[in-house]
Amino acid sequence: MLDTFRIRTDFPILQRRVGESPLVYLDSANTSQKPRQVVDAIAEHYLQHNANVARAMHLLGAEATAAFEDAREKVARFIGAARAEEVVFTKNASEALNLAANSLGAGLQPGDEVVISVMEHHSNIVPWQLVCERTGATLRWFDITDDGRLDLEAAERDHLINERTKIVSLTWVSNVLGTHNPVTAIAEQAHAVGARMVVDASQAVPHQATDVATLGADLVAFTAHKMLGPTGIGVLWGSYDLLAELPPFLGGGEMIEVVEMARSTYAPPPHRFEAGTPPIAQAVGLGAAIDYLDGIGMAAIAEHEQELTSHALAKLTAIEGLSILGPTAAVDRGSAISFNLDGVHPHDVMQVLDSRGVAIRGGHHCARPLHKRLGYQSSTRASSYLYTTPAEIDALADALVFTRDYFAPRFKG
Amino acid sequence: MNIDELYQTIILDHYREKHHSGLREPYQAEVHHVNPSCGDELTLRVQIDDGEFTDISYDAEGCSISQASVSIMTDLLIGNSVGHAMELHDQFLEVMHSQGAITPDEDVFEDAIAFAGVSKFPARVKCALLGWSAMKDATMQATADAG
Repeated sequence: MLDTFRIRTDFPILQRRVGESPLVYLDSANTSQKPRQVVDAIAEHYLQHNANVARAMHLLGAEATAAFEDAREKVARFIGAARAEEVVFTKNASEALNLAANSLGAGLQPGDEVVISVMEHHSNIVPWQLVCERTGATLRWFDITDDGRLDLEAAERDHLINERTKIVSLTWVSNVLGTHNPVTAIAEQAHAVGARMVVDASQAVPHQATDVATLGADLVAFTAHKMLGPTGIGVLWGSYDLLAELPPFLGGGEMIEVVEMARSTYAPPPHRFEAGTPPIAQAVGLGAAIDYLDGIGMAAIAEHEQELTSHALAKLTAIEGLSILGPTAAVDRGSAISFNLDGVHPHDVMQVLDSRGVAIRGGHHCARPLHKRLGYQSSTRASSYLYTTPAEIDALADALVFTRDYFAPRFKG
Repeated sequence: MNIDELYQTIILDHYREKHHSGLREPYQAEVHHVNPSCGDELTLRVQIDDGEFTDISYDAEGCSISQASVSIMTDLLIGNSVGHAMELHDQFLEVMHSQGAITPDEDVFEDAIAFAGVSKFPARVKCALLGWSAMKDATMQATADAG
């Protein structure tokens, strides 16, 4: 496992206490904590190099522009992009997916089909609903099996991906179930019928090595704040040739070539998709986060989380009255684990855990259709990252037993 | 943070055994209220005869605070006048937004005094208010239709 003792010294927030308990932060799938190196890089940028990018011609403008574009190159290298111009900065993964839906979906017509899945985050559902409503295209979706995997057999039987399919948009790793989806194989099916493949990698890129060159996707969305970076910046990667074909999404400064009163022409990618002043300091922070992750190594991080997930699943499945949503074995799954305690609502679980310093998330995690499909209204989710220790998982398990007995005394003794 | 202050025994008792739960006929208005952030959902029906609640029935799914609150509310309101309900609604709202500063009158609020502690947990205030907001909404619809 990773040297969490050393890593945790970079995250002052993890030394905090909640009342008399040490903080146990198990909400990293919601947002990760930030190491000092990232916060320092943002502070340094604001205190020494701050200016607007591209349009400011003075020294500071040149420094800010260089810092912003340097961050783009770091992202490109981190995900295996062929060139930095394939990296579009957005404000978050939701905006990246909205960009994908609007620009890729601009040519949809009645009769065309868009395929998503029932396990998507709302931000990979609602943008496609909106574009389908506007264009008359039909929205279809993969169902899941009872153990939380994509139901590939049902999809094949129902010809879910067919000659009418124009776009397939799937999450790589479920934010609720933790399930890893076979996006490369599904991208092959999509491409075989001439459809484009969009991947929501928000829960994947922070936790494992990513290589967009072999992933098979045409567009990939993720966000900085779940990978040690700041809030306010997301990424949409696309192959340059595809991005060059796509119409703009948001209009404004910086995305244009020539503006006339009647019409305008647009800048080439990536700037075509970056209207207005971009998240500059946030890009610098994202670059610092990537440096930090690279320093530890994504393979080592993935291995650490795999061991934590095995440990957590063993501890949680041993608790009477606890049900896991999604795969109960640490195979093809990420480190987010959602569960329910019999007779205790997730918000009450969250509240009692919070009183003992354990920070987790309770609710539908922006995946209401998935919860409905599984017969739950909501759930509780614990999620780990590179700074999480097995002792924190043990604290979670102890707090859950306490919570269960507090609300449902029948389990006691 | 002492959770026993939030989870008074009265609240846990009502959560484990809700009063007046289930949707019943007849009713003059039905509303469906949700807390989108946490997913608490409530369908609530009211039947008002001669200015009094003859029934308030509901189907609810949510946390102990929202469930206990609607259960206790039905105890307080069924058999009482709409005018009294609206007064209690406004007073309850005031207590819940007081961050612990207002101690409710036990003679008026009965079991609902247990929610005074909830007002110190701002994230949970909306849970306690879900049932009361739904009741007010349904009552306005029922009385508007009657008028």
